[in-house]
Amino acid sequence: MSYMPTIHDEEWRYADFDALETVPEAQVTGWSEIAVAPGEVLARSFVLDGATPDVQRLRVTLGEGARAEIFAVNVASAYARLEIEVTLAPKAHFEFGGVLIGGGDVTREFVTRTLHAEPEATSNQTVRAVHWGTASGNYLGRIDVARHAQKTDAAQDFKGLLLEKGASANAKPELEIFADDVKCAHGATVGQLDEMARYYMASRGIAPDVAKHLLIRAFLADALAALEDEAEQERLFDHALAALEQAA
Amino acid sequence: MLKIENLHAEIGGKEILKGLSLELGAGEVHAIMGPNGAGKSTLSYVLGGRPGYEVTAGSVTFKGEDLLAMDPHERAAAGFFLGFQYPVEIPGVSNVQFLREALNSQRRERGEQPLTGGEFLKLAKEKAALLKLDMEMLKRPVNVGFSGGEKKRNEMVQMGILDPMLAVLDETDSGLDIDALKVVGEGINAIMRKPEKAVLLITHYQRLLDYVKPDHVHILAAGRIVKSGGPELALQLEEEGYDEVMAA
Ligand SMILES: Nc1ncnc2c1ncn2[C@@H]1O[C@H](COP(=O)(O)OP(=O)(O)O)[C@@H](O)[C@H]1O
Ligand SMILES: [Mg+2]
Repeated sequence: MSYMPTIHDEEWRYADFDALETVPEAQVTGWSEIAVAPGEVLARSFVLDGATPDVQRLRVTLGEGARAEIFAVNVASAYARLEIEVTLAPKAHFEFGGVLIGGGDVTREFVTRTLHAEPEATSNQTVRAVHWGTASGNYLGRIDVARHAQKTDAAQDFKGLLLEKGASANAKPELEIFADDVKCAHGATVGQLDEMARYYMASRGIAPDVAKHLLIRAFLADALAALEDEAEQERLFDHALAALEQAA
Repeated sequence: MLKIENLHAEIGGKEILKGLSLELGAGEVHAIMGPNGAGKSTLSYVLGGRPGYEVTAGSVTFKGEDLLAMDPHERAAAGFFLGFQYPVEIPGVSNVQFLREALNSQRRERGEQPLTGGEFLKLAKEKAALLKLDMEMLKRPVNVGFSGGEKKRNEMVQMGILDPMLAVLDETDSGLDIDALKVVGEGINAIMRKPEKAVLLITHYQRLLDYVKPDHVHILAAGRIVKSGGPELALQLEEEGYDEVMAA
């Protein structure tokens, strides 16, 4: 059943295959699986901050009215990939907020696969990527809506911020919708820091590095906004912003 | 306070300021008037150190120091304030956070103690009341969703909090209705009409000068001060227009 991915697999198209070779096969092809009972909530956060290549894969099945609230910060200093697959029962909700941030010559990526198998379920993914050096940040977000999954409400939003010329960001939304009464919103943009905002801050006395820090924190905020546990939110922010200290 | 001598500056290789000289003493208010495209905003940005505005000749001294040698945030800490013709929006950063960071950055740069959260809020409330800006607006992101008039009043709230020695106000009156003009005019007087301070008002209209009475009025055209006089020069401009007054 399991096989090692190749560059021809759509969901692996931006992966770092040299790095991938060093990851144990079981980790690349296996899943850790969680079933969430009807009405229950699964709250999880991930911090990928390793110095060796890493792949983590989580497969979640949500019962009726259950919720998965998953937040992740990928600040790894080697190739790191987090994959999450969620299958939703009626009225279930999947929330994902992810931050990809860092420099070096490193690929950091998130992959989500949201399977709206039943009616009236909702899902929302918000990913922010900030990269410099020759790093790249990737988000592959697939949404499948089954034929009878009417009243599905799915949203996906990716924004990339490139601090230096050599950095890149790739977003690959993929929607397969077979029901007709659904809402599916998605957006993807990639840009640079707003120079005028930086100048405005400087004109009020804020030093350039502090201004940059404030603007990047504001940029990342949407990804962690749905995380209600404020202490946990702050912990994830701290991980993300600590990475920034190494930025040029 | 401020001495500008034979200032030449260009944007993208195009010369905009062509030998501009001007001197402001402590306790003085000067007004600069001039047709659209004359270089008024360019002058304000050059004084504020905006990237891309290149000084090719001349000098600017501020309180005896070389203003042009300072970075924009250092100019602010030295007591220079620029009121923007088009205040900049900064999504995700609240006015309160922005201004507290700005004020405390300036204080640190000058070797003063930073204000506590409570001290800062008290100061912000006082200045917001002076400019009749709802304190709730200061909790919102910087200038986001503010009307033209609110943005200009917010500039003056910022000036009140930062308490500069010299303010260059670029068309602070444009976009204001009659009532707001009065509030802003009185705000400028309250904050800046002091023996140790000075103001350079850039404006198209006489009406702001009814509230903030200038000691000197200059006409800027094609990158130079072409005529200087007392307050009567502004009245004469209002009646006769630039062409006639400049020809005289
Ligand atoms: N970013 C820019 N690049 C090139 N030219 C510019 C730029 N900004 C302003 N200018 C030019 O500089 C001149 C002066 O503009 P400005 O200083 O804004 O005039 P004012 O404020 O007096 O109306 C105008 O001819 C304008 O077209
Ligand atoms: Mg202008």
